Amino acid sequence: MSDIEQIPVTVTVNGKKVQRFVEPRTLLIHFLREELNLTGPHIGCETSHCGACTVEMNGMSVKSCTMFAAQANGAELTTIEGMANPDGTLSALQEGFRQMHGLQCGFCTPGMITRAHTLLKENPNPTEEEIRMGIAGNLCRCTGYQNIVKAIQYAAEKLNQPETQEAAE
Amino acid sequence: MNDMTPTREQREAALEGMGCKRKRVEDVRFTQGKGQYVDDLKLPGMVFGDFVRSPYPHAKITKIDATEALKIPGVIAVLTAEDLKGVNLAWMPTLAGDVQMVLADGKVLYQNQEVAFVVAEDRYIADDAIQLVDVEYEELPVLVDPFKSMDPDAPVLRPDLDGKTEGAHGPRKHHNHIFNWEVGDKDETAKAFAEADVTINEMISYHRTHPSPLETCQCVASMDKVKGELTVWGTFQAPHVIRTVASLLSTIPEHKIHVIAPDIGGGFGNKVGAYPGYICSIVASIVTGVPVKWVEDRMENLSTTSFARDYHMTTEIAARNDGTVTGLKVHVLADHGGFDACADPSKWPAGFFNIVTGSYDFPAAHLSVDGVYTNKAPGGVAYRCSFRVTEAAYCIERAMDILAQKLEMDPADLRIKNFVKADQFPYQSALGWEYDSGDYHTAMQKAMDTIGYRELRAEQKAKQEAFKRGETREIMGIGVSFFTEIVGAGPSKNCDILGVAMFDSAEIRVHPTGSVISRMGTKSQGQGHETTWAQIIATEIGIPADDIMVEEGNTDTAPYGLGTYGSRSTPVAGAAIALAARKIRNKAQMIAAHMLEVSEYDLEWDVDGFQVKGNPEARKSMKEIAWAAYHAPPPNMEPGLEAVSYYDPPNMTYPFGAYFCVMDIDVDTGVATTRRFYALDDCGTRINPMIIEGQVHGGLTEAFAIAMGQEIRYDETGNVLGASFMDFFIPTAVETPHWETDHTVTPSPHHPIGAKGVGESPNVGGVPAFSNAVNDAFQFLGNTHIQMPHDAWRIWQAAKDLGAHG
Repeated sequence: MSDIEQIPVTVTVNGKKVQRFVEPRTLLIHFLREELNLTGPHIGCETSHCGACTVEMNGMSVKSCTMFAAQANGAELTTIEGMANPDGTLSALQEGFRQMHGLQCGFCTPGMITRAHTLLKENPNPTEEEIRMGIAGNLCRCTGYQNIVKAIQYAAEKLNQPETQEAAE
Repeated sequence: MNDMTPTREQREAALEGMGCKRKRVEDVRFTQGKGQYVDDLKLPGMVFGDFVRSPYPHAKITKIDATEALKIPGVIAVLTAEDLKGVNLAWMPTLAGDVQMVLADGKVLYQNQEVAFVVAEDRYIADDAIQLVDVEYEELPVLVDPFKSMDPDAPVLRPDLDGKTEGAHGPRKHHNHIFNWEVGDKDETAKAFAEADVTINEMISYHRTHPSPLETCQCVASMDKVKGELTVWGTFQAPHVIRTVASLLSTIPEHKIHVIAPDIGGGFGNKVGAYPGYICSIVASIVTGVPVKWVEDRMENLSTTSFARDYHMTTEIAARNDGTVTGLKVHVLADHGGFDACADPSKWPAGFFNIVTGSYDFPAAHLSVDGVYTNKAPGGVAYRCSFRVTEAAYCIERAMDILAQKLEMDPADLRIKNFVKADQFPYQSALGWEYDSGDYHTAMQKAMDTIGYRELRAEQKAKQEAFKRGETREIMGIGVSFFTEIVGAGPSKNCDILGVAMFDSAEIRVHPTGSVISRMGTKSQGQGHETTWAQIIATEIGIPADDIMVEEGNTDTAPYGLGTYGSRSTPVAGAAIALAARKIRNKAQMIAAHMLEVSEYDLEWDVDGFQVKGNPEARKSMKEIAWAAYHAPPPNMEPGLEAVSYYDPPNMTYPFGAYFCVMDIDVDTGVATTRRFYALDDCGTRINPMIIEGQVHGGLTEAFAIAMGQEIRYDETGNVLGASFMDFFIPTAVETPHWETDHTVTPSPHHPIGAKGVGESPNVGGVPAFSNAVNDAFQFLGNTHIQMPHDAWRIWQAAKDLGAHG
């Protein structure tokens, strides 16, 4: 334990309010993974390039490897662990990735799905080009992206169906 | 039969066996963030290790003082080479027969080399301590250019080899020389060149790059001092080999070492070898008695744990005027960095580079490879390819284009003229391999027809005319690549790793209720083995794939195997799986005969059970047989239903494919746009077409990256320039082209299910397709060969040099 003075951080993660004391230098990704045991978001580069650590903060996609936990104080965070439907079934996006073979090693997948989740809120009916641009901050070494694009299209289509919308409302 | 009885087709579909686009079982956990990767592990009392690294590429170390670092609260230990000497681990053997420093022993040989290992209570404290370890360096002259390695006055990089004239692979001819490897008939080849109508000679370089999986290399080592047992969780593509190596190095008995590879976030060859981080974590856990975690950061990954390629290939072809090739001569200068840590089977210092005759019927060939030391990171791993096969494919595919240009022939036609013909298989190549099967002409024709090759050439010609008239600043390239790989290492007669033959294994246990657990010596890093291995078993023993659990990576439970790399899983373990399953089916047949009170010879297999020949109503399903195996086996038969198979392949497999890349290049910006990329793969029998297509997409994307910009570059003073994702090109969804995939099926005749392996084909075949497209675009301006990688700057430069800028 280092002798750096700790500061309080309060965040709401996946709908649950949590409070911890952390060193000011603690990165958000380490806070999530090591303090809260949310190991879904991953670390791939530590430089904001790969997006494996992507989480949603106050409705926006952020790369949790390059911000401090303290900067998230008071924020609403959603990680991959908060993506499934309330009944525990896979969300349209998660199902889309499975159906369209949008993942292989699975390491980028949590960040990719979390990013796509926010993207579809920003733009519920994106073109292929908009999807590709929208996930350009998330690197995948396995899939070549083609099936990730299809997975996001699958989810967009599902979410845009009237019955799904009603159910969501 | 009532209406509820499923039809044969329905029973077959219910199995989700081979050939089915089965959805992946892995995805359920991965899509929910519930994968279990190494860095997700958290053990009570666990501490963190991290490296002090050298800022210099070549320097003497005159002092290491950790006094200040050790004063930081939470710092537990700082290990140096001196500490490791106490346990005889300051150096470790490499797979290539060299030795490598674990921690710098008196000097460093490359930038970012591991100098000391700091152990602290958390990763932040470890990082603090690194800054306070005082290391004094005395700089030495730096050797970066491999072409200068063997100059008489080149600096001595490896004083530890002083006076050693014999290396692991024969005589060394210079203090920076590692090996020379020669294959083929030199005299016959010289004769072919003497008698040739036409020859070409080009130095074709394949630059240094890196596999760079999204998850870096990492491990957790935990020594239980009471039990004397060591457990290591790590990013291991070959966990059993790691355990054997750990036992040999640590002298802990192998049965007291538990090596576990959990989920792995991509490997691509990066996670085959043993790295200083693993050794130091193990030693640190032995010293401290608590679990030690080591996680590489991206810069460490790119700059230290295993580069790929760095082959400089002087290539000559002899041919007749009609285009018939008569001889191939290749000399390779291989830059291995500071240590030869190449991950090849032991007897193969340049891997299977002697597949360099490719898909063509060369009557004579000669190959010579010289490996040299430089002040660069060690490695030489097979980045999504069988050992040095992508270098070989690039070499021959680029050279065939250059020959076509010289002969003024179409490059596709030149290839077709020289293909090994379907009736020549099994084909003995001039450099020693026996190709198992192929139908190159059919594949090439299908590919050319599908892409509309002749029409594209006509369009290209029209564009060139328009360019010359000044009507456009865009030129068009068509990249042709027809590759043959050699994968599935390998037969024990010629393949071993540190003496362990390169077989693989499978164990299948059918439970009384007819569900299955199966374990293999392989380890998926994203290939989807949990899905596809179950499909093989499902087809072979008629139990639905959903009822079959596949488990890999735990050396305590899985049978010994050599792991997953070099596209060896399907050719080797895939065969073991089929053969283990067939043992089960054979026993099941005897049990069914007993149940039906007939002779086993009166039974025939039908999808998911045995039936009496001519009386399909009299049948026993595999589920019924499984129950009987535990409940009422035939007299004198052992109860239970399980089998293990260790498979030593009789030969490698030889997947092949025809790839075409259509590219448009703006000569004023150097920006190249891939208009179309078509990939036809023949990997023999196809187990899961969805997964094959995914593998091809991924491999092509890597090929695109490598050909178009991905490089680990060094400046002239030895600074590594490509060590972050800012500098090292990983394509995003925006740059990545759209992929068109296709296939033919030519089964392997010696493989139990005829499968050949596919994961690496797209990387092997893709790189030449991209590079040939760039080179082809500039051919009408007088270009012969432009070196990779083809980023916009280099393309712009080439355009300028060729006078395209006016």
